[in-house]
Amino acid sequence: MTQKQDAGIHNVVSAENISVIIGNKKTLEVPLFHIQPNEVLVIIGPNGSGKTTLVLCLSLLMKPTTGTISYQGEIIKDPKQILQIRRRLAVVFQESLLLNDSVWHNVTIGLHLRGVKKAEAGVRAQRWLERFGVSHLAKRQARTLSGGEAKRVSLARAFALEPDLLFLDEPFEGLDSPTRQSMTSDFDSVLRETKTTTVMVTHDRNEALMLAHRVAVLIGGRLRQIGTPDEVFNYPVDEEVATFVEAGNIWHGKVISRNEGLATIEIGGKQIEAVSEFGAGTNATICLKFEDVTLVGENLTTSTSARNMLIGKITRIVNLGAQVRVTLNVGFLLTAIITRRSYEGMDLKEGQVLTATFKASAIHLIKQG
Amino acid sequence: MNFIWQGIVEAFRLLIHGDPEMLRITVLSLEVSLGATAVSLVLGVAAGMAIGLNKFPGRKFLIAIVNTGMGLPPVVVGLVVMIFLWRGGPLSFLHILFTPTAMVTAQVIISLPIITGFTYASIQQFDAKMRLQIVALGASRTQMIWILLKETRLPLLAAVMAGFGSIISEVGASTMVGGNIMDQTRVLTTAIVMEAGRGDFGLAIALSVILMILVFAVNVILTLIQQQGKRA
Repeated sequence: MTQKQDAGIHNVVSAENISVIIGNKKTLEVPLFHIQPNEVLVIIGPNGSGKTTLVLCLSLLMKPTTGTISYQGEIIKDPKQILQIRRRLAVVFQESLLLNDSVWHNVTIGLHLRGVKKAEAGVRAQRWLERFGVSHLAKRQARTLSGGEAKRVSLARAFALEPDLLFLDEPFEGLDSPTRQSMTSDFDSVLRETKTTTVMVTHDRNEALMLAHRVAVLIGGRLRQIGTPDEVFNYPVDEEVATFVEAGNIWHGKVISRNEGLATIEIGGKQIEAVSEFGAGTNATICLKFEDVTLVGENLTTSTSARNMLIGKITRIVNLGAQVRVTLNVGFLLTAIITRRSYEGMDLKEGQVLTATFKASAIHLIKQG
Repeated sequence: MNFIWQGIVEAFRLLIHGDPEMLRITVLSLEVSLGATAVSLVLGVAAGMAIGLNKFPGRKFLIAIVNTGMGLPPVVVGLVVMIFLWRGGPLSFLHILFTPTAMVTAQVIISLPIITGFTYASIQQFDAKMRLQIVALGASRTQMIWILLKETRLPLLAAVMAGFGSIISEVGASTMVGGNIMDQTRVLTTAIVMEAGRGDFGLAIALSVILMILVFAVNVILTLIQQQGKRA
């Protein structure tokens, strides 16, 4: 995994050949990782994939077993230098981690530790408490706050530090859905205003899509893919990434022929066509988003530009609220997501026979092996 | 059984009339035990923090020693201190045997493991991520320790109470290294043993009541401070 580095632009933080070994287990191994100025980089990955360990290393809270961390082009070695650089960063953990004191003390303490004068600290604390809508809680004891309030205070505390680089480790985890949505929205607008360089760990695909300029996928302690949200979510580089980013239908097949950029692929005895450069004989993982499948009646009467049409019986219907997930057996299992209105209009039932269509260009192929 | 009631009446009579000897004994008891608690607090908190915050070879062994020390029999401590301070002993040049200083020394040895153990335990229980958060806020090591002390003030006050409680009520070490010398090293516990030995149960009960009031008063003050910290 390599990343381009723009000539002349210093990355805020760079990690080179870092690894972390805990006990006998290598929990993290990242050859190269850059954080560029003003970007929001979201790290995603399954539990235990090393996301938190990577954030701790990048934020200088953990020393990697091997490798170097550079801050604005300079390799960090000296403990005094580490303290000075830590004082230019801010970290928000999954738990709000507020001290047993007032909200005001919690928001100002980091500023005092960093030598910011009392008057200036007061102005900043007030501004950020107001920005996150919790200034009325300033005199309250932190331990009496609700989860959402505590989270807002911890965000205000981090932004009051006016960090060069902000790290967030699953900051909205454990909040109820409406609180989480409102907090993510507030956070997004603050990031847009301040242009704070940010590294955020999340499990939430929507948060990544909403906030990220770049997304990094970490699986098994290794950086598997890094790119724009479109690249990562629509063109995963391997099957594990595809599975994790919920790339939709994932099948295994073999390219049996290729003609003018169109590959014919055999899956479970059926054939589909996909835009691909892969030649005949290539074993491939085939990804097709649920949303890219159209369902029509058993006998297709309307014309369609889709090159793929597969007939199958509905095996399962799952209600998702505004949408419905329909799975067909077309020789292999194929799932589509349709709107509730379409579902009601078609009066779908399990066992019913339908035609599924999708475009050859909607398919993303990953070479196996 | 009448002597029990007489003892209680005698205690309040002594308290109300402010008997000079009783006052001297009480003040010395407080001086010795509070002094020893103060010394143990400084040393014990530092040691507990060092054990709780650092990883080093022999740490587990050290923790085992501290835990064992929490149950040290005062009379054994008294004997060891006495041997060290006795004529010809390794610390005889200090010439402090049968002085309040020797009593403070013995009581420090008794209460130090208790305060160290409590401090270590409170640091161990402190959320590791909170420590990381404090460091991430920009705290130097000294600043972090200061914040940790403030955050663990409730268990630390419990440590003070346990440490003080263990020495204000001990008699073995004080008798052995203090000698129960009138106007010099006589404290409440040694005086109680002496009066009971003489068969003067009334005075022994009176001194016991005073000791209990003293322990209660100190603990009430510490509890008030602790609970104020909890509300704050």
